[in-house]
Amino acid sequence: MLDRVRRPLERLGANFIDGIWRIGVMARFFGLVIASSGTSFNRFRLVMREVYFTGVLSLIIIIVSGLFVGMVLGLQGFETLQKYGATESIGVLVALSLVRELGPVVAALLFASRAGSAITAEIGLMKTTEQLTAMDMMAVSPMARVIAPRFWAGVISMPILSLLFSAMGVFGGYLVGVVLIGVDNGAFWSQMQAAVDFRYDVLNGLVKAFVFGIAVTVIATFEGYDSPPTAEGVSRATTRTVVTSALVILALDLVLTAFMLRAEG
Amino acid sequence: MERTTIDLWFGAFVAAGFAALLVLALKVGNLGSERAAQTYRVEVRFDNIGGLKVRGPVRSAGVLVGRVADIHFDNDRYQARVTLALDQRYKFPKDTSASILTSGLLGETYVGLEAGGDDKNLAGGDRITITQSAVVLEKLIGQFLFSKAQETPGASAAPATPPPAAAAPAVAGKK
Repeated sequence: MLDRVRRPLERLGANFIDGIWRIGVMARFFGLVIASSGTSFNRFRLVMREVYFTGVLSLIIIIVSGLFVGMVLGLQGFETLQKYGATESIGVLVALSLVRELGPVVAALLFASRAGSAITAEIGLMKTTEQLTAMDMMAVSPMARVIAPRFWAGVISMPILSLLFSAMGVFGGYLVGVVLIGVDNGAFWSQMQAAVDFRYDVLNGLVKAFVFGIAVTVIATFEGYDSPPTAEGVSRATTRTVVTSALVILALDLVLTAFMLRAEG
Repeated sequence: MERTTIDLWFGAFVAAGFAALLVLALKVGNLGSERAAQTYRVEVRFDNIGGLKVRGPVRSAGVLVGRVADIHFDNDRYQARVTLALDQRYKFPKDTSASILTSGLLGETYVGLEAGGDDKNLAGGDRITITQSAVVLEKLIGQFLFSKAQETPGASAAPATPPPAAAAPAVAGKK
């Protein structure tokens, strides 16, 4: 009887301690990645190759989803703004929500599921097949040769992807608002330009994307590096990358938004 | 240095990123419209600025002629001291009047300039002396209710206390 109560409690406690432990190790891992980034910049081609795999190959999904998100925002915004007779503000609505929030956040979520999971699976499999150990044996640091280039590639790719997402979203909003519904073209752009501030909105969005890029790639590389060297372990690590990244992105977004709005007001 | 396809892709990717930033800055944001605009600063004092904000628009005849550069509270006169950055291209006479206006019922608050008849123009550092404060809706409603309450006790008392001149036509129209 006592056992039945004790065992779940023990499991709960173990999970909690495991979580704290992971945060600590991840922080140490992050420091180690930064410390061994020298190779990534001396041999920048390593990073460029990873940018190709994480950034360039994510372009399609980012551009297409950006376009659709912008179009949906346009339609939904029109529906509501129509009630107030302010349909010209549709450009403001689409641009501000994309540049400030949706661009960085949705691009980061897509990036985590498209590129982050791939990074985790790749590193996890390298670990499972003992390629990382083999590198270590040849005096090639896997940190410098495998992890750091992937980290920097993610940090470079993420802001670019977020910018492209926002730009495509605004274009999608334009397609629906101006071309399809027939909102005045001049009012659409001029109201948008009056409302969107380059520093407060565009650059703050870029800072968000940069932070999300760091968070997602650290989580992805860490989960891969830390995964148990089994098929099941790699699959679990991949799942955990996507779930943890999504939660961390949204939590960080709240914190960053609170900071940025305070700085503005 | 040898060239690979990866280099091309990397270059295209980064170029696309810069292009997107440029579009967001110039087409979506406000960097394009205010580029290299030479401005001169004029100071205005208002009793009440309502919802005016820094970087809010300054319009004359509906055209954007500048932006609100700074808002301070003047502790000596208990007034708001607003600094306007006006576009160098537009000149206004010295006796120009400034008022706080709102575009539409729910629109943004802006400073409206109405040109006077002086033959000298405003220069940087000058002060606009003729001002009109923001209309506070609650005050307006309060005044209306007050004048209404003063009037209702009886039509017989009305001649003794005539309603305020401003509210009279509205009240008369209602009856």
